Amino acid sequence: MPLLEVSGLVRRFGGVTAVGGVDLSVEEGRLVSVIGPNGAGKTTLFNLITGLDRPDEGKVSFDGADITGFAPEKLAHLRLARTFQHGRVFANLSVLGNVLVGAHARLRAARPRLPVLGALGELALALIQPGSVRREEAALRAEALAIIARFGERLLPRQDQPAYSLSYANRRRVEIARALALSPRLLLLDEPTAGMNQTETAEMQALIAELKASGLTILLIEHKLDMVMSLSDEVVVMDDGKVIARGLPQAVRHDPAVIEAYLGHREVGGGAAEKALAEAAE
Amino acid sequence: MTSWLDHTINGLIVGNIYALLAVGLALIFGVSRLINFAHGSVYVVGAYIGWVAVAHLHTPLPVTILLVAAGSALLGLLIERFGLRPLQGSTKIAPLLATIGISFVLDQIVQIVFTPDPRALPSQLPDWRFQIGGGTIGALDILIAAIGFTSAVLLFGFLRFTKLGWAVRATAQDRDAARQMGVDVDQVNRIVFAIASALGGLSGLLVGMYYNYIDPAMSFQATLKGVVAEVVGGVGNIPGAIVGSLILGLVESYGIALLGTSYRNLFAFILLVVILVLRPNGLFASKRQLPPEPLTGTFIAPSKPVPLPTPALLAALAVAAVLPLVIAQPYLLQTLTNAWLYALLGISLTLIAGTVGQISLGHAALLAIGGYTSALLTLDLGVPVGLSILAAGFVAAGLGTLLAWPAFRLRGHYVTIATLAIGEIVSLAILNWESLTRGPIGVFGIPPISLFGYPIESARAVYWFTLAILAVLAALQLRLLRSHLGRAWRAVRDDDVAARSYGIALDRYKALAFITGGFAAGISGGVTSHLYSFINHETFNAQLSILALTIVILGGMGNVFGAIVGSVLLIGLPEVFRVAAEYRVLIYGLVLLLLIRFRPQGLFGTV
Repeated sequence: MPLLEVSGLVRRFGGVTAVGGVDLSVEEGRLVSVIGPNGAGKTTLFNLITGLDRPDEGKVSFDGADITGFAPEKLAHLRLARTFQHGRVFANLSVLGNVLVGAHARLRAARPRLPVLGALGELALALIQPGSVRREEAALRAEALAIIARFGERLLPRQDQPAYSLSYANRRRVEIARALALSPRLLLLDEPTAGMNQTETAEMQALIAELKASGLTILLIEHKLDMVMSLSDEVVVMDDGKVIARGLPQAVRHDPAVIEAYLGHREVGGGAAEKALAEAAE
Repeated sequence: MTSWLDHTINGLIVGNIYALLAVGLALIFGVSRLINFAHGSVYVVGAYIGWVAVAHLHTPLPVTILLVAAGSALLGLLIERFGLRPLQGSTKIAPLLATIGISFVLDQIVQIVFTPDPRALPSQLPDWRFQIGGGTIGALDILIAAIGFTSAVLLFGFLRFTKLGWAVRATAQDRDAARQMGVDVDQVNRIVFAIASALGGLSGLLVGMYYNYIDPAMSFQATLKGVVAEVVGGVGNIPGAIVGSLILGLVESYGIALLGTSYRNLFAFILLVVILVLRPNGLFASKRQLPPEPLTGTFIAPSKPVPLPTPALLAALAVAAVLPLVIAQPYLLQTLTNAWLYALLGISLTLIAGTVGQISLGHAALLAIGGYTSALLTLDLGVPVGLSILAAGFVAAGLGTLLAWPAFRLRGHYVTIATLAIGEIVSLAILNWESLTRGPIGVFGIPPISLFGYPIESARAVYWFTLAILAVLAALQLRLLRSHLGRAWRAVRDDDVAARSYGIALDRYKALAFITGGFAAGISGGVTSHLYSFINHETFNAQLSILALTIVILGGMGNVFGAIVGSVLLIGLPEVFRVAAEYRVLIYGLVLLLLIRFRPQGLFGTV
């Protein structure tokens, strides 16, 4: 049974169908990429899966359970983590603070599981700070530091700096660190290398490969095709809200519909997509 | 049946007056995404220009109207040029706060120049009425309808058929794109402020003539009514604002017919809250819209807080504690006691507005709930004073959270409007619920503070009592801020969408903030009621909410120590220098304006 299964997902904005009947499934431990030209509906698809937007039709299942239309905070408790296309970090929180917020849904001692009274209990526990709460906080802090350490010199020296002071690329890294702090069962990455130069992209690619090797299930949106081709177990190509091709990377890159979709944008993209496809095919 | 037709006509006429206000607000929101809280002040200035023209210059009506429109338009231009243009590119909340500051300053200037006493504004029209159906219509009714209709037609023609009107519409749709296409958006802003202010001033003139009554305090109510009408019709929607105004006028008119005049505003604010909760985009908005853009880093100025090590805080506390041994004058101690009570309000609001980013303008309501709870518990149920103050904290925490609940699902400026309305609803409920609150008379003879039978009455004892409460609650708040709750609250403030994606349920954490903040404010209100021995529905008014916000901004958003220092500066200094009350409010307004312009992060920075 796939970990994530999306079937017949539709989302319309006024007269525009942003996502028009998309099916998708991700098996546990695999990395599936969604590619496609700008405006193909990739981010809308992500928003529908992660509860930021509700689909007009269709179904999303996670680990066999129907999660269609679930609120994002509920999905976080199922340990489904995402990053955002334009990097949404908590500007006034430190790097460490940002990563610790990622672990919020994993708090057990600090958040008693009771209806209504749970919230008051949470307040009381935060005031009293009993040993269990302090130990949990210390453990999460150590874990968060370990996650930050994975980004080496990029983040480690900046762990106490507020996120607004970071470079764009570093904010993207903080986002991924925050997502990892949830210890996700499924990680959705929305263009993790947007705005990064070649070296930074290579670093990010190595990190994602490492995450995949550790057994993490990943759904990736990415424009950099050579990265997609080398990382993915399966590639899903979207255009105009629909899936136009899917399969192994090497099969997809020769698919006439895919080439058509990318070449159709040649005038706009100055042939960059065509070139990228050709390079990736080599 | 007669009276119903009269009420309908009356509702439509009043609605027409609101429309002149609301259309201006909608125009301004359209081009600058700003809810202009200074609009009511322009309306008051318009009314007073009219009064000067009628009473001193004896101008004929058309000249009066022209003078009012021109004078108000000029004021609008000045507000735009000196109040708002310098804030371009600053945080989103800055212009809104600036208009609040401007409104304080303008209202106080009007009050200083013309005294706070009400004046008559004769209508200059023949005093005849004629019958239609079962109702009557007077000359002034017709004039108001004519001005409303003419303004709407002229505005429509301007927006539809002139090049400048096109520029206004283009700017409203996409400011950046309009600028790239060569539209002078600064000029568009000027034009819009001039038109909106001219309409607002005319509205003030007509209201003054309609009721034959003007006073400087009508400003705040006018802003609120305009905002209600605008929200009902959909913020920024001009035809919507007109329809919303007529609906508001009718609802009020029928409400008064059913229940009496003192309920008038209650209807307006309940209508506002209901609309905000059920249809935040107004009655006429299309159904489901794209999720709004993040407010990340744009809503509250990012800044590094000034580091305040614990030993320094303890030293400051020690100095405050030994002060009564050094200072002999009870007057000075009373002033500082007052500052500690405001600081309790300050740490409460700095949590909700600063840490969680919910800019509340109804915070005085929490004081009122606390004050009435403690006063009524001691007087009506014989609860001992110490216990009643504690109960005031809990009741304000609980009731305040429930009342603020409708605002939890709102964001940004809408939170500010909703909390303002909720605050007014509390004050009106106190006024009208006579069996519980003794209505407009207020509560007399509230016993002085005592603890376990020991009276706390000397200036020194009261000083230590309030300082101790403040120290304990501030320490607890700092403790919470260092826990995971502090993190979650600040995450909600910085980006609520990302916060939700990481498991932070917004309602739950906003409620926890209101419970914590409501407790401190309730205690402050409770202590205050025993110190004053008399409170009524105006003791804790909306000006206090704005003063609290000024304290919070002065100290730095979310900064506990900053809120305390801010309160000492804003409450203590004017008292020490014995500044007259009317100049004090003027100073608060100016301080707010200068802070927003030159030091938006406050003295100690955002935490």
